[in-house]
Amino acid sequence: MTLKHIEEYRDSEIAEKLIKKIINTSKRNIRLMEVCGTHTVSIFRSGIRSVLPETISLLSGPGCPVCVTDQAEVDAFIELCRMDDVIVATFGDLMRVPGTKSSLQKESAGGRDIRVVYSTFDALEIAKKNPDKNVAFLGVGFETTAPTIAASILSAAQTNVKNFSVISAHKLVPPALEALMAAEKINIGGFILPGHVSVIIGVKGYQAFFDRHQIPCVISGFEPADILHAISVLVEQIETAKPVLENAYPRAVTFDGNTKAQQILNDVFEPADVCWRGIGVIPQSGLKIRERYAAHDAENLFDLQVPDAQTPKGCACGEILTGTKTPPECALYRKVCTPEDPVGPCMVSTEGTCAAFYKYHTA
Amino acid sequence: MKTDKILLDHGSGGKISHRLLKDMMLPIFDNPILAELNDGAIFDLRGMRFAFSTDSYTVDPIFFPGGNIGDLAINGTVNDIAMCGATPIYLSVGLIIEEGFPITDLGKILNEMGKAAQKAGVTVITGDTKVVPKGAVDKIFINTSGIGLIPQDINVASHHARLGDKIILSGTMADHGITIVTQREGLSFETPLSSDTAPLNHMVKEMFSASNDIHVLRDPTRGGVGTALNEIAEQSEVGIKIYEENIPLTSAVAAACELLGFDPLYLANEGKLLAFVTYEQSEVVLAAMRANPYGNAATIIGEVVDEYPGKVFMQTRIGGRRIVDMLAGEQLPRIC
Repeated sequence: MTLKHIEEYRDSEIAEKLIKKIINTSKRNIRLMEVCGTHTVSIFRSGIRSVLPETISLLSGPGCPVCVTDQAEVDAFIELCRMDDVIVATFGDLMRVPGTKSSLQKESAGGRDIRVVYSTFDALEIAKKNPDKNVAFLGVGFETTAPTIAASILSAAQTNVKNFSVISAHKLVPPALEALMAAEKINIGGFILPGHVSVIIGVKGYQAFFDRHQIPCVISGFEPADILHAISVLVEQIETAKPVLENAYPRAVTFDGNTKAQQILNDVFEPADVCWRGIGVIPQSGLKIRERYAAHDAENLFDLQVPDAQTPKGCACGEILTGTKTPPECALYRKVCTPEDPVGPCMVSTEGTCAAFYKYHTA
Repeated sequence: MKTDKILLDHGSGGKISHRLLKDMMLPIFDNPILAELNDGAIFDLRGMRFAFSTDSYTVDPIFFPGGNIGDLAINGTVNDIAMCGATPIYLSVGLIIEEGFPITDLGKILNEMGKAAQKAGVTVITGDTKVVPKGAVDKIFINTSGIGLIPQDINVASHHARLGDKIILSGTMADHGITIVTQREGLSFETPLSSDTAPLNHMVKEMFSASNDIHVLRDPTRGGVGTALNEIAEQSEVGIKIYEENIPLTSAVAAACELLGFDPLYLANEGKLLAFVTYEQSEVVLAAMRANPYGNAATIIGEVVDEYPGKVFMQTRIGGRRIVDMLAGEQLPRIC
């Protein structure tokens, strides 16, 4: 990572020019949606909303991996950590997510063995060091994280680490875009497409979606200037009524994407119909572990009995994830639901829309 | 979902820690000195003003680039006393050691504590050692307490920030916090990260020699600059505006934070201070800080304003504006 490079994209002069361009071009009222938690955070942290003209509304879509994880999946994670001789390894974001009755954080305080890791390979190491325990990794995330998790399953299979498994709750971005377009009341003028996901799936990953809907789409990087540039391109496409699928992040994203990562992903996982929090079941929008790696599939290894999952009453995570409500329009926001005491996952993850709103929004 | 158990979040220094303090401790120990909630207690005794402070150190790993649990424990309490405007004089040291701990490591830690005390100009005059069975503590925990004298005419407190005050940060932020996180996780970077642990009492003395118009001093340790500024905004009932562009950050720390998804505003510092100084005296105090090796990168990062009383907000690099909230609990690493 060369920081000079990053600094360039934060340069206030570049930003100023882009902001002027947006203000001069934008005439119609439009709603643009970003579908990536890292974009959400960057938009809030850099105060982008406060510099845009009133004609432009930014919506945060289902782009935070923790937020879209279904309640039943969270309950299954909790169930898993309560099993005898199981060590659960997880990314940190999941710790505080409330399940129907508990959270991983509370289970950890209650003595369950839950380890926060930065990489799924750390979980594999834990498995090697604890041969008498079963180490289960909670696989949550989009196309960005899924390949490394697939690689850890491959590695476990090749090196015969029998006590390592993954519970796969992965989600795919293009099917979610389809679901958003099918939903009523959404009225989205254009998409800011996720940079990290696009590094893996490439521009071609969205081609079918774009061809079907002819809606302005721009793949964007994460620095404030990247996002301002993406917004400026979207505004221009909308004003001229010339929708394009544009790659505005060519320093990282190619047309074909990372084909090696795609191969590993396809080798280990297959698409499946899965439930997204607040949205419901989206066809072929998740990844399940293929039969040939069943020995490393936690859902296959453990008998996870999850009683009826209940999403908290009044929680508007679903509407917020699809852009039909903003956090302040949720009855629980700030009153009952806060980052210290979150009700829904959108308030837990640093990338959640509610948490970002709570933390950064100038009222 | 309320909890009936202590969570790691309760020790993060953020909102959840505050709630524990306000709900469970303040009502029991209720007294006007404690209620001030400064870095240390400030009180009068026989015509003299004292500052008294205590802190426990449980850092993991115990040895890290830039320092170890020993010098951290000395510097931490020295700084807490200095932040009350006091000259630290005497310290106590309490050690809780796990059975089986290597004597050579203890020797190294004590040696560093001796050096740190000498550097700060304080004397350790009492102490205690306990050894507990394996597993009852993690290697070694250290408590230090200290006492200092506050010179006449010096009057700093968290509730003294005034409209128009300039806010000076004595150098780069987040160095200690990110060093510990990356060490703990075994991550390494091209440019090595190093803790900033240092005694700040000499610099504080030089600042007061330059001017007494310093209203607030605070070392933004646990919870970072963001949390410290929020506490001051709340206690002084003022609005605080900071400028993203002015906040010093080394490129190595910025890169590591970027990678791990941490906000450097909420990461701990162990050798930095925030000073709220009148507009008129701010340049003089800044010059005094820059003349000290621990303050050579000191910068004015913001000011006290009349907007948003009780809150901290930031003017971003792109000219946007956003709230800087207090940290809720421990920062957790993100997924992607």
